Formats: sequence, structure tokens, C-alpha cells
Amino acid sequence: MRVSMDIELKDVPGQMLLALQPLSECRANLITVLHHHQKLTPRKTVPVQLVLETRPENIPDIKARLEENGIKVVRVGEHRFRESINVVLIGHVVHTGIQDTIDEIDKTGFAEVADLTLSMPGIDMISSALIKINALGKEEIQKSLNILKEVSAKKDLLMVLPIDVQA
Amino acid sequence: MKTVRCSIIGFGAIGQGVAEVLLMKKEYLENMGLDVRVIAVVDSRGATLSPEGVDLADCLARKREKGTVAQEKITGLEVIKSIDHELVIETTPTNIETGGAGLQNMLAAFEKGLDVVTSNKGPLTLKYRELVETAKAAGSKFRFEATVGGSMPVINFAKEVLAGNNIRSIKGILNGTCNYILTRMLEERASYTDILAESMELGIAETDPTYDVEGIDTACKLVILANAIFGLDTTYEDVDVTGITKITPEALEMAYENGHVIKLIGEVSRDRIHVAPRLVPINHPLAVGGTLNVASLDTELAGEITVTGRGAGSVETASAILSDLVSIYREQ
Ligand SMILES: NC(=O)c1ccc[n+]([C@@H]2O[C@H](COP(=O)([O-])OP(=O)(O)OC[C@H]3O[C@@H](n4cnc5c(N)ncnc54)[C@H](OP(=O)(O)O)[C@@H]3O)[C@@H](O)[C@H]2O)c1
Repeated sequence: MRVSMDIELKDVPGQMLLALQPLSECRANLITVLHHHQKLTPRKTVPVQLVLETRPENIPDIKARLEENGIKVVRVGEHRFRESINVVLIGHVVHTGIQDTIDEIDKTGFAEVADLTLSMPGIDMISSALIKINALGKEEIQKSLNILKEVSAKKDLLMVLPIDVQA
Repeated sequence: MKTVRCSIIGFGAIGQGVAEVLLMKKEYLENMGLDVRVIAVVDSRGATLSPEGVDLADCLARKREKGTVAQEKITGLEVIKSIDHELVIETTPTNIETGGAGLQNMLAAFEKGLDVVTSNKGPLTLKYRELVETAKAAGSKFRFEATVGGSMPVINFAKEVLAGNNIRSIKGILNGTCNYILTRMLEERASYTDILAESMELGIAETDPTYDVEGIDTACKLVILANAIFGLDTTYEDVDVTGITKITPEALEMAYENGHVIKLIGEVSRDRIHVAPRLVPINHPLAVGGTLNVASLDTELAGEITVTGRGAGSVETASAILSDLVSIYREQ
């Protein structure tokens, strides 16, 4: 399960390590760390948002170990993608490596390729793909489209976007 | 009765459409107090002239039979400069590199204080500001509804019908050829090349379809909208353009199964002008098929307003020229 966790670190060196240790001990897979260093809390702590992949039963353990390390756990919740978008890609989608493209988006943590339909009329012919991207919110959708745009330019793919997003 | 003496410069599909419409609407115009008298009809080879008004039916017949109306060896530019009249109906071919004969004709008309109604995009895409300012300085009226969307009202719609409403953006299908190709590719599951050939056979695509299918024609229309409606001073160079030549039937089909059609969409607002194929939900107001054109105006007070209509065709485009003519002379 993908989990997002809001924690607060004291504003002194070495805190990040104290936060990451329990995760690796519990074999949780860390996907993203968003460190809001500019936004100190009234308690003068630094808010950090983690996204991790782990089994639900490990969560209490992770939480306890973090707290043992003096880290405040503010919120734990399932990491939900609220927005989704469909994009069509046309070109040599397959032999320019569609997997890279998917990985680029998946590894952001804020978005994932949820579905991919591929149509290849023949070897060496232009193929077309319909990709469904899920993301946390509208802003993250836009960020994933920017990634896709860069990849498409590099691989000479035509990207057909929905009419209601900023192209 | 007010007499409006006019010249028709360019007697192809649109010029002939204008002649037909003027014949059809003679009584209607007279009831409105307008005696519209065509004093010159000009094609690339010469002109038919008559200060009392040429016989339009006769011009149409001669054009059909002989391929020209030329009785006198005189050019459009000479007609504008030397013959007294009020209105130039400019329907020569579009040239977006130099502005072509159209640009010279329009500037010469304004120099003489004549009014101009046109369907010719070229001069407006290249020299919008100069044309509008020259017309204004001369006290000439300048109307060009037919340059964008053929019969479909967009410019006058935005400037007059929706006057007072701030328009935030306009999105739409402004090229009937592209719309036809994409519609048919989906219907027939056929390749771009096959449907392009079909469109040429039917006379929907021109023999050199580059401007249409590469999105250039749409871009030029957006430039006119950007300048006329959003008050910008842009040219074709400012437009980000992608055409439809890479679209595959597989992509169209996949999109369709997912509830979308792919359309070549032009989009203009104060800060961007953009042409690209886009996914449009099947039941969206912009998802019109065939050769239709459509435009959705996002307005400050009234929300989205969508107009649709035939973007090309002889009499259809001439109808936009007629409405420009009427709006100039009825007002005064
Ligand atoms: N067709 C449409 O549906 C449509 C829709 C909207 C806007 N428009 C625009 O309307 C304009 C006319 O289109 P069209 O379809 O009627 O084109 P067309 O059929 O090619 O007709 C052009 C006419 O202009 C004449 N001509 C060419 N050079 C000339 C010159 N230097 N002086 C005088 N006449 C000249 C041609 O003479 P010849 O007959 O001797 O060759 C022909 O009669 C174009 O700017 C086009 O982009 C067309």
C-alpha cells in the first residue's frame, strides 16, 4: 500500500537520518520526500511529507519507531490520487522504450501511469498509445504532463492532450 | 435609397458566391434602402466594367463558359485607383508570405478612402495593425468576418453581439478540411494518406493541402482573432503549431473507445496562441464532425458560448461578406 505521512523534524542537523532509519528497518520503500524547509511550524519544526510503499500492518511499528527517535508524526493516510488524465502518444512509442516513460512518471511519487493501451499495426510502423495518468491533484497532473512533454520531444512522439488542460 | 457602388476583385469561388448572393438578395437589400451596384468584376486576366452596374448573371455565365470575365485589360489595383466607388469586395487568393495582390488592393483602397470587405486572410495575418490604422486614418470601414470560419460568425459576434463582455479565450475548429479528414479517418478506420486523397477528389482539400493539414491556416485565423478581438499585435510567427499529419486511425479509435474524438483545435487568449490536435469528449460542444467549423468563446459574464457553421463554400462564405456589407451601410 502506498502511504503518505506528514512528520515534523526539529530544525537541527541529523534529523533526516533519524526519520529515514525506521523506514529501512521496517523495510518500507521510500518513494518521495518533500521537505518544506521554508515553512517552519509555530513549534519551530520543519514539516516533511513522506510517501512510502509498505504493508498496512507495518505502519504502527514505523510510527512507534519514528516517535522513539523524537519525531512527531502528524498524520498518516493512504496516498490517494484524486485527479486523472488521458493522453494519446503517437510515434515509435514501443521501440523508443515506453517503459522509461512510465518509470519517469511513476518515480515522482505524486503520479502514476495507471493504464496503458497500445496499438501497433505492424513492425516498424507508427504505434499509438493511450495512457492514463493518476496524480495527487491538478498541479501534479500538470507536472506529469511536463515530464511527458520532455520525453515526447526527445523521442519525437506526438502528444495529444485533452482540450481542458493547458497545452 | 442609398447607392453603394462596389467592385468585386477576385472572381473565383467566393467572388462568384458574392455575385450570386447579391442577385438573390437584391430585393431584400432594396427594402433595407440599399441599392448595391457592382461597377467592376475583376479576375486575374482583366475586368468587366460598367458605371451603371454590370450584369452579374451575365458575368457568372461568361466566367463559367470562358473561364474569365475579362473584357477590359485592367487590373484590380487600377480599378481601385481610377474608378469611383465606395466599397471594394476583396476576394483574391490568400498569400501569407507577401500578402499578395490583396495587400496592395486593400492599402490602395484605404488610400482612396474606400471601404473594404474581404475573405482574404493573407494581408490580415501579416499586416493587421498597418491595415487597421490606415483604414482608420482614412475614415474607411474595414470588415473581414469571412476570413475566420467562413459563414460562421466569430469576429462580429464577439465584437458586437457580445459587446461589453470581456472574452477570456476562444477555442475551436477553424479548418473544415482537417475536421473532415479526422472525422472520416475514424469512420473508415482509414489512414491519413487515404482520406487525404479522398478529400482531394471531393474538392474538400486543395491540391496542395500543406497549409490546412499542417495547421497553418488555423494559425492564421487565430492571429486574426488575436488581433481583432484581443487587441494584440501578433503574426503567424507567434503561434505554436502542430498539424494532423501524424494522426493514426489507431489513435483515433483508442481515443473514441475512451470517449473522445481527436480534433485540430486552435486556441487563443491574451497570453497564448496555440494549434494542436486535442482530445475532445464525444459530447463536448466542440466535437462537431464533417467539414463543420466551431468556436467556443469563454466570456466573463455569460460563460461559454459556442457557435458552429460551415467554414467554407462559395455561397456560405459570401453570406459573411453580405452581412459585413449590410452592417457597414445600414449603420450610416
Ligand atoms: N473557398 C472558400 O471556401 C473560402 C472560405 C473563406 C475564405 N476564403 C478566402 O477567400 C479568397 C478567395 O477564395 P476562392 O476560393 O474564391 O479562391 P479562388 O477560387 O482561387 O479565386 C481567386 C480569384 O482571384 C482571382 N485573382 C488572382 N489573382 C488576382 C489579381 N492579382 N487580381 C485580381 N484577381 C485575381 C482569380 O482569377 P482567375 O479566375 O482568373 O484565376 C480568381 O478569380 C481567398 O483569399 C481564400 O483564402 C475562401
